[in-house]
Amino acid sequence: MSEALEIRISAELAEKIRAHGVETYPYECCGALLGTDDDRLAFDPEAPRKTFREVLGLFPLVNRRDDSPRNRFAVTSEDVREAEKAARAQGLDVIGWYHSHPDHPARPSDFDRDHAWPWYSYLIVSVHTGIPKDMTSWRLKDDRSGYFEEKISPLRVRTAN
Amino acid sequence: MSVKVMIPTPLRVYAGKRDSAEFSAATVGEALGGLTSQFADLKKHLYTEDGKLRAFVNVYLNDEDIRYLKQENTPTKDGDTISIIPSIAGGSF
Repeated sequence: MSEALEIRISAELAEKIRAHGVETYPYECCGALLGTDDDRLAFDPEAPRKTFREVLGLFPLVNRRDDSPRNRFAVTSEDVREAEKAARAQGLDVIGWYHSHPDHPARPSDFDRDHAWPWYSYLIVSVHTGIPKDMTSWRLKDDRSGYFEEKISPLRVRTAN
Repeated sequence: MSVKVMIPTPLRVYAGKRDSAEFSAATVGEALGGLTSQFADLKKHLYTEDGKLRAFVNVYLNDEDIRYLKQENTPTKDGDTISIIPSIAGGSF
């Protein structure tokens, strides 16, 4: 794991992702992570430094793969545009994507790697026999050879004094 | 003839942090060629090793997907905007 990377998410939003994975089980769920990055352009893929991002909203999407939805998910470019629009409306960015791995570990597959870009966080929740298990988050390496694992930390909801 | 290419957030780190760049180009392919020549590190995230646009990378000329036009041979005109939008895909195995 690269200790330099961290993504913060509230217990409530993490639970919503798990619930989405349970809802669509045995098929894959998917959606966008809306949030902020402390310095969106400081991330140096060769030498990641301490940087963190916060998930502040979700944009659940429909898995467009109806031919193989148990082990594939797909989000169209139109969906991506919708997610970006939703993020902008809340003053946020699309900082990544989540999906579930039904009955498989929460680790990115080769297929995931072939369809990824650096910078985005790819959050995966494993759902075994309909029960959510591990949740992990990953960022593609600059040379596309693999991923850095990103630490998931709890984000405490700030309350106004 | 100047064509504006919008650079998606995840790829800006390879483009000197810019959100767009302008190129003199007669086709979409020429504009993308200008982009990947100027910012070479960007290329592998848009193209496969054999030089084809990656399947999940979608290119729009103004609001039209170039797949429904003449793909990379789609002619451009002064003031056009090219957007690069990924489709997101993945799977467990």
